[in-house]
Amino acid sequence: MNDDLNDLYQEVILEHAKSPRNFKVLPDANRVAHGTNPLCGDNYTVYLVMDGDVVKDASFQGSGCAISKASASLLTSIIKGKTRADVEALFGKVHDMVTTGHADDSMGKLAAFAGVHKFPARVKCAILSWHAAKAAVAGGGTVSTEGDEPKAE
Amino acid sequence: MPSSSPDWSALRADFPILDQQVHGHPLVYFDNAATSQKPRAVVDALVRYYERDNANVHRGIHELSNRSTNAFEAARERTRKFLNACSTEEIIFTRGTTEGINLIANAWGGKFIKAGDVILLTEMEHHSNIVPWQMLAERTGAKLRYVPITGDEGLLDLDKLDSLLTPEVKLFAMVHISNALGTLNPVADLCARARRLGITTLVDGAQSAGHMMVDVQAIGCDFYAFSGHKICGPTGIGALYGRKEVLENTPPWHGGGEMIATVDYFKSTWNTLPHKFEAGTPDISGPIGLHAALDYLDAIGRENIFRHDLEMASYAYQRLSELKGVRLFGPKGERGGLVSFLLDDVHAHDVVTIADRYGVALRGGHHCTQPLMKKLGVPSTARASFYFYNTKAEVDRFIEVVREIQKFFGT
Ligand SMILES: Cc1ncc(COP(=O)(O)O)c(C=O)c1O
Repeated sequence: MNDDLNDLYQEVILEHAKSPRNFKVLPDANRVAHGTNPLCGDNYTVYLVMDGDVVKDASFQGSGCAISKASASLLTSIIKGKTRADVEALFGKVHDMVTTGHADDSMGKLAAFAGVHKFPARVKCAILSWHAAKAAVAGGGTVSTEGDEPKAE
Repeated sequence: MPSSSPDWSALRADFPILDQQVHGHPLVYFDNAATSQKPRAVVDALVRYYERDNANVHRGIHELSNRSTNAFEAARERTRKFLNACSTEEIIFTRGTTEGINLIANAWGGKFIKAGDVILLTEMEHHSNIVPWQMLAERTGAKLRYVPITGDEGLLDLDKLDSLLTPEVKLFAMVHISNALGTLNPVADLCARARRLGITTLVDGAQSAGHMMVDVQAIGCDFYAFSGHKICGPTGIGALYGRKEVLENTPPWHGGGEMIATVDYFKSTWNTLPHKFEAGTPDISGPIGLHAALDYLDAIGRENIFRHDLEMASYAYQRLSELKGVRLFGPKGERGGLVSFLLDDVHAHDVVTIADRYGVALRGGHHCTQPLMKKLGVPSTARASFYFYNTKAEVDRFIEVVREIQKFFGT
């Protein structure tokens, strides 16, 4: 298997894609955001239970590729206990990482997504649930990756 | 005359782009339904035009303008012959299939579709043969109705057709070969049934033109739209065939130069067919490149191309069906030159990303047929689509890569 592919499909990613964490609806969620990637048909809903500014619980539902599913799985694991500002800052870091490949030590398991930068067409897969999470902490809504990346069909 | 059995591998030499390594592997280009590659003859025709003949068409008196006008109109005659239309008045140059359909939806639809009318489509249409009709329905109060398909095999459920062809139906628009399933629809029969009831018909020929013999008179459709870029021509050029009688009753769409006969400050009169539908300076090199492409295809022979593409698709379908964990879409028998599939527990995007790293260019996604994907209950499919320069050895390579992908995901 080719090295770039091994960078993209890291063990952590394959494992989370196969057995996603927090893959359910949170019945007492008070923030819900929907993320779609119209070109691919990737489609996720992020559910948050927020207490003031703090994420108490997080989950997701939906369908998409291994990258987008693993990303949502890790995201919902990592943002529990974080504040809205933390989530927004992390969004920025993840965005930088998947576009440049640079991951600093604070990224932990998320560093697995650094390999995505070699696959420009897949950046939107990795970032989709982060867009949804950012919208959810800000109050909820629907976000789309359309316009984020060049189109092709 | 086309040779009875072309030397397929010799044709590859006409496509320099095919001879390259991608990510360290020989390129296998299986994304032909999105756009085809261009032979040297087409590229040369464009260069020759720009280096020798370039000038605006129709309005000039000087030599270069005469040359470019002649070449432009010769391309129209070539396109007429390609479709076996009765007259060049029936051939309108467009940017492609999408623009052709939009022209009809706006110009013809704007005049003839009224509140309560029904526009009949099929469940396997490309977005370009759905959205313009939705926009028209929105404006006019007309309704859309769909001929259903029969599940993964993707055939039209024709038993239902008679009950769908009610008196409110004013237009029946259908895809000839589905880009998502490979289904080859019996368009001549469908158009005949519509015509008996006085229903206008449109055929989306994006995947059939240049892949099989197309005779618009034998099909008996009122409109047929195709794109040059999918059949060896340049991007940005296509043609719309419209039956003369129907086009004559259709008002223009875009206004501007070239489409007028006389212009007064308050009223204008329209040019004759087909110029009435070609406002402004057209794409001139496009038709010239398209002309070269049509000559190239007909030298090979479209029946030969159809047989070759079908052989590729049947072989790929059979090889994929021998693997475990593969879901196949589209008809088992006669089909266009493409195969749509899914691997168990692997998303189409992951299939396409990995295949690309092995030099195999596939497409994964909804193929601009989101409603069809919803109907099939899948978010997307992976698709391998073929043209005459593809080989069985490439299909074998593709199957090897599919096996690698399955191993990678442990399925
Ligand atoms: C069946 C079908 N219809 C319409 C189109 C639109 O063609 P274009 O984008 O060239 O206008 C396509 C192209 O993908 C197609 O496959």
